[in-house]
Amino acid sequence: MPSDKDTAKQLSTASGLKHADITSEDVAHLYLHHHDVVSSQLVPGLHVDTKPHKDGIFVTIRVDKNVHIKKPVHMCFGMLPKKGVQHIYMDAVIESGAHLDVIAHCTFPNAVDVKHLMDATITVEDHAHYAYFERHVHGDGGGIQVIPRSHITVKDYGNFSSEFELLKGRVGIIDIEYDTTCHAHSVMEMNARINGRKNDHIKINEIGHLIGEHARGVLTSRVAVRDQAHADIYNKITASAAFARGHVDCKEIIQDQGIANATPIVEVSHPKAHVTHEASLGSVDSKQLQTLMARGINEDDATDLIIDGLLS
Amino acid sequence: MGILEIDKVSLRLGGKQILNKVTMDIWEGHVHAIVGPNGAGKSTLASVIMGLEGYRDIQGKIRLKNKDITSLSIDERARQGITLGWQEPARYEGLSVRSFLQAASSKKKVDFENYLMQVGLSCDEYLDRAVDKTLSGGERKKIELASILAMDPDVIMLDEPDSGIDVGTLEKMFEVIKELKKKGTTVIFITHSLAVLRQADHAFLMCHGEIIEKNTADKIIPYFENKCIPCPHKNKPDKEGLRDAI
Repeated sequence: MPSDKDTAKQLSTASGLKHADITSEDVAHLYLHHHDVVSSQLVPGLHVDTKPHKDGIFVTIRVDKNVHIKKPVHMCFGMLPKKGVQHIYMDAVIESGAHLDVIAHCTFPNAVDVKHLMDATITVEDHAHYAYFERHVHGDGGGIQVIPRSHITVKDYGNFSSEFELLKGRVGIIDIEYDTTCHAHSVMEMNARINGRKNDHIKINEIGHLIGEHARGVLTSRVAVRDQAHADIYNKITASAAFARGHVDCKEIIQDQGIANATPIVEVSHPKAHVTHEASLGSVDSKQLQTLMARGINEDDATDLIIDGLLS
Repeated sequence: MGILEIDKVSLRLGGKQILNKVTMDIWEGHVHAIVGPNGAGKSTLASVIMGLEGYRDIQGKIRLKNKDITSLSIDERARQGITLGWQEPARYEGLSVRSFLQAASSKKKVDFENYLMQVGLSCDEYLDRAVDKTLSGGERKKIELASILAMDPDVIMLDEPDSGIDVGTLEKMFEVIKELKKKGTTVIFITHSLAVLRQADHAFLMCHGEIIEKNTADKIIPYFENKCIPCPHKNKPDKEGLRDAI
């Protein structure tokens, strides 16, 4: 049995991180391997508690009122074994005027039959800021299911952003459901970038409700599907208050026998609200491709370059 | 024999004759202009020479450095030493100027600062920006030219190089062209602009899919200025008038 320290190091290495950087004294971190905390460190104003819960682990995060956590908090979630289930229940509260940036590294390098489930409730209180960047690093086997569910509330003048990135390794099955409610003058941005290949299946269901005056929200999806990969993207913004502004932006590039569906939905129920959407699905843009080819780059490399840019 | 030879090239699209037995010799190290009114077939000819999608099914031959490139793909032609700068350059979401220039160059160590400086852009400001809609048309035009400099081809075709750019940028572009000419690079402008035409040594006057006159740019300019802007012949070449004028 490796020690917790060794397991944490292995997770760092698999995530492509310098373990020493993340474990330095002024950087808060939480390493969860399966349902065990293998390393953690806090900074003043940040509270993280964990306890066993149902079939998984319950994590509570709280940032005290008006506290700015200066350096991003690193959360490393993962499993090194080939098989198993990691189920995280999370309750995060960013108190009034507080500021928190989280970088989550979700690492499953050897997955053959692994499930990673997350059920999160996030509250960003008034004038608070919460940015959550989740980067997945998977192996090449594709034997993984990632199923995150999040309910987010952004109170007056709050700011919430999430970025989901899965570019390295196989997606396997990913099924994202995020639901955000934005109060007056709050800002919400949700962005997903996923690169699917072989028989990967990508499902994104992101909804933003702009219920407060001057609330603003953007949902952005960038997805590439190659081989026989399949993507279903459902983005919805509702606006029910004066001067609420929203935008849905979905781009999917399809190669080989890949299949993509995109459903951008906008629903406006206030005459002074305004929501727009754009979606493009299909092969790589011909002009982009031919420009690169006219510089001597072959078609496959030019296609990769365009897709890498789109997902960057 | 020129560095680039277009030999009786014809193209039909949608039942219409777009190019009709176009024959041209392009001379190494010289600046050429293919000039004519809108709809004359200039950009189509550039697309045919580069082998773009939809412009490959032609009659005639295209030879570059004495090698028949008619059946080659775009990238194969480019690797033989020819490239094209678009009238409106493509936008690439997320692709940085650095990656764009790196991709164009065959060198491992790309002198980004030099290429950007030549087109009047600061490396600090632009290198890590994306070649996307946050850049103006003029900025993208400069970055496209920088990518062509990074590629360092033998023959450069520039389609409407003055389109969408300000006077200062155009002057900078002309300076770059002069430097390219000094080092022996061959340049072909596709244009209907007198300002661009004046930069050329040789000009090919194109009308209705045909080259109706080949001469020095000095000789072509007066006829083009007086007879082609606007075109009173509705793209029916006035060959007799041309003979009298030149």
